[in-house]
Amino acid sequence: MRRIITATVLNRSGVLNRLTGLMTKRQFNIESITVGHSDDPSISKITIVVQVEDDRKLEQLLKQLHKQIDVLKVKDLTEMALVARELALIKVMTTPETRSEIKVIIEPFRASIIDVSLENVTIEVTGDNDKVEAIIELLRPYGIKEISRTGLTAMPRGTQKTVYNLNQFSII
Amino acid sequence: MKASWVAEEEKSKVLKMSGADMLMEALEKEGVDVLFGYPGGAVLPIYDALYKRNIKHILTRHEQGAIHAAQGFARVAGKPGVVIATSGPGATNLVTGIADAMIDSLPLVIFTGQVATSVIGTDAFQEADIVGITMPITKHNYQVRKVEELPRIIKEAFHLAQTGRPGPVLVDIPKDISTSIGSYKPSNEVDLPGYQPTTIPNLLQVKRLADAIAQAKKPVILAGAGVLFAKAEEEILALAEQHRIPVTNTLLGLGSFPSEHPLFLGMAGMHGTYAANTALHECDLLIGIGARFDDRLTGNLAHFAQKATVAHIDIDPAEIGKNVETLIPIVGCAKHTAAALLRESTTSGDTEEWVCQLAELKNSYPLWYKNEGDVLKPQRLLEIIHEETKGEAIVTTDVGQHQMWTAQYYGFSKPNRWVTSGGLGTMGFGFPAAIGAKIGKPELPVVAVTGDAGFQMTLQELSVLQEMKLPVVIVIVNNQSLGMVRQWQEIFYEERYSESLLPVQPDFVKLAAAYGIEAASVTTEEEARAKFAEALDSKGPFLLDCRVASDENVYPMIAPGKGIHQMIGVKP
Ligand SMILES: Cc1ncc(C[n+]2csc(CCOP(=O)(O)OP(=O)(O)O)c2C)c(N)n1
Ligand SMILES: [Mg+2]
Repeated sequence: MRRIITATVLNRSGVLNRLTGLMTKRQFNIESITVGHSDDPSISKITIVVQVEDDRKLEQLLKQLHKQIDVLKVKDLTEMALVARELALIKVMTTPETRSEIKVIIEPFRASIIDVSLENVTIEVTGDNDKVEAIIELLRPYGIKEISRTGLTAMPRGTQKTVYNLNQFSII
Repeated sequence: MKASWVAEEEKSKVLKMSGADMLMEALEKEGVDVLFGYPGGAVLPIYDALYKRNIKHILTRHEQGAIHAAQGFARVAGKPGVVIATSGPGATNLVTGIADAMIDSLPLVIFTGQVATSVIGTDAFQEADIVGITMPITKHNYQVRKVEELPRIIKEAFHLAQTGRPGPVLVDIPKDISTSIGSYKPSNEVDLPGYQPTTIPNLLQVKRLADAIAQAKKPVILAGAGVLFAKAEEEILALAEQHRIPVTNTLLGLGSFPSEHPLFLGMAGMHGTYAANTALHECDLLIGIGARFDDRLTGNLAHFAQKATVAHIDIDPAEIGKNVETLIPIVGCAKHTAAALLRESTTSGDTEEWVCQLAELKNSYPLWYKNEGDVLKPQRLLEIIHEETKGEAIVTTDVGQHQMWTAQYYGFSKPNRWVTSGGLGTMGFGFPAAIGAKIGKPELPVVAVTGDAGFQMTLQELSVLQEMKLPVVIVIVNNQSLGMVRQWQEIFYEERYSESLLPVQPDFVKLAAAYGIEAASVTTEEEARAKFAEALDSKGPFLLDCRVASDENVYPMIAPGKGIHQMIGVKP
């Protein structure tokens, strides 16, 4: 199953290495990982999208991440109401005829063209995974030259429908 | 006005000193009185600072010897072992010991030199990325970037190494940090917001376990090394006696329960007793305390404690549920938890039938070997060592058959006298560990039981033994082979002894003599007893080369992949 996990960490050298290292060592498959500092520059937020086999493996992962000395908090957001976004830059081949077609295609995605040359345009799109996948599929027939994706970053919504019981397992 | 004046005065009191001196100050503040190490270019400033101090330094003859000695020290002394090595090869020579300490949760603080900050990352002479290399095998590690950080980092390193689940912490110090001068502010508090080990157990879970105990007809306690780290032996004994619960040990847990106690089943696991493993297979309540259910203990998990409610007490939450599904998880220190359990569990289950059944198994399936002919049997040798030391010596081992025979036959009646490499299974560990153990507990006799092969991996430390005139008895269980490998080849590879026989050996007695160490070679039981007694009485080091039967196997045994109920060699 696919899980979205965030780790709040001290912004110390090597901290990203520690987390990816332990995930490699314990055979967890990272789909994407994003890092950036929070409002406090000494604290960073890491968002990890990961494939795990079952609940037991997930529990292990959360506990192992939590065990790192530089990790302050670990949260599995998957079951929560959340906002999750990634940004993609897509370079598409164009001809004078297709350029306006492409404009129409990307409009409902609220994507924008941020670079234009004679043979191609670069499109910026932000959204959840499905949205990014969808726009890529629509643009594919025109010939995609290059894609660069940031990976997912996420946050629980301000209001949760039910009281979310954070899977505490046996941390306490 | 006054406040700023006081601040000024405080400031003028701040001492200026080099990083190397700060390290010495901090070590003294932590109460460190012995270091194990080896000098080199990147740590010259540190060794120069040490020269003026009153801290004992043991110069082993190899960095691996230093770290294994520190491990032996940590295991028996109840405080962290401290190690110093230079950058590059000095640091990488420590890697095996660091990995060993990590998997066996031994508290170590390791200082490595590093090339100067200005050349880090340029593949400078003797540069190795030891922080990167040891990231997965340390509890935590640091590279010092500013000299002023040193007191804080050292404070944190000692705190991390010995609290919660203990483990090795490495501090990498670039050479220019050691020499540069900074203001020394001693660090008194640790501020580690991401590190708050839970020591006091959740009372609800403790009550659930108390209820389970009251219901249980076939309970068993599995006590691991966590009991020893927490010094919870008395509580566990009280718990077992109060509720009449049989007890078994992991390999590393030996000594946490008196081996002669009627409720003791012997060690469990691959070479455990039939009674202990049957208990783990048949029990209806398994109480694991400070043990991590590793595969050499559990055998095939599909057959491990399948009929039991599993309760697991551990200070490391990540151990709970890792290998075995756990119904009653209790995160906490073994001592606090066992004490809370003693208070909460007022009702005992009816365990008498179970206790009798296991006592009966213990009787009808004792550990066995055939003591016939004139050849010295290794098992008999270990019994003799037990008898001569009354089970009260510190015993270290290397890895292999002799290690399992020691675990089976030595019979520990007191805690913290058993020093072995459990999780990593590091050959070469036993002898240097004995040196550290003797330094940690000089008042106790120390016996290093090693294999003829493993001893040759770190025997250069004979120099240290002789230099310090340490009365350590080295017992080489000499079967002229990599015995454990030979055994597996005999049983599982149709006797194809591929690279496991060692007929060509040094003359160990002459070897010892070359180092100026007394030694003897023995071939019979009588000789072994007489010479061992002599060695034990000796004021200095003594090496005993014991020529034992070379085709003896360790039994009983769970073959790899088999369940805990499928032991072979349970009877002659
Ligand atoms: C460093 C290292 N290399 C290899 C092994 C694999 N190994 C385990 S036991 C053993 C044989 C040990 O022989 P010896 O020291 O003579 O002890 P014995 O089994 O004969 O008692 C070997 C090679 C190991 N445990 N550690
Ligand atoms: Mg041998």
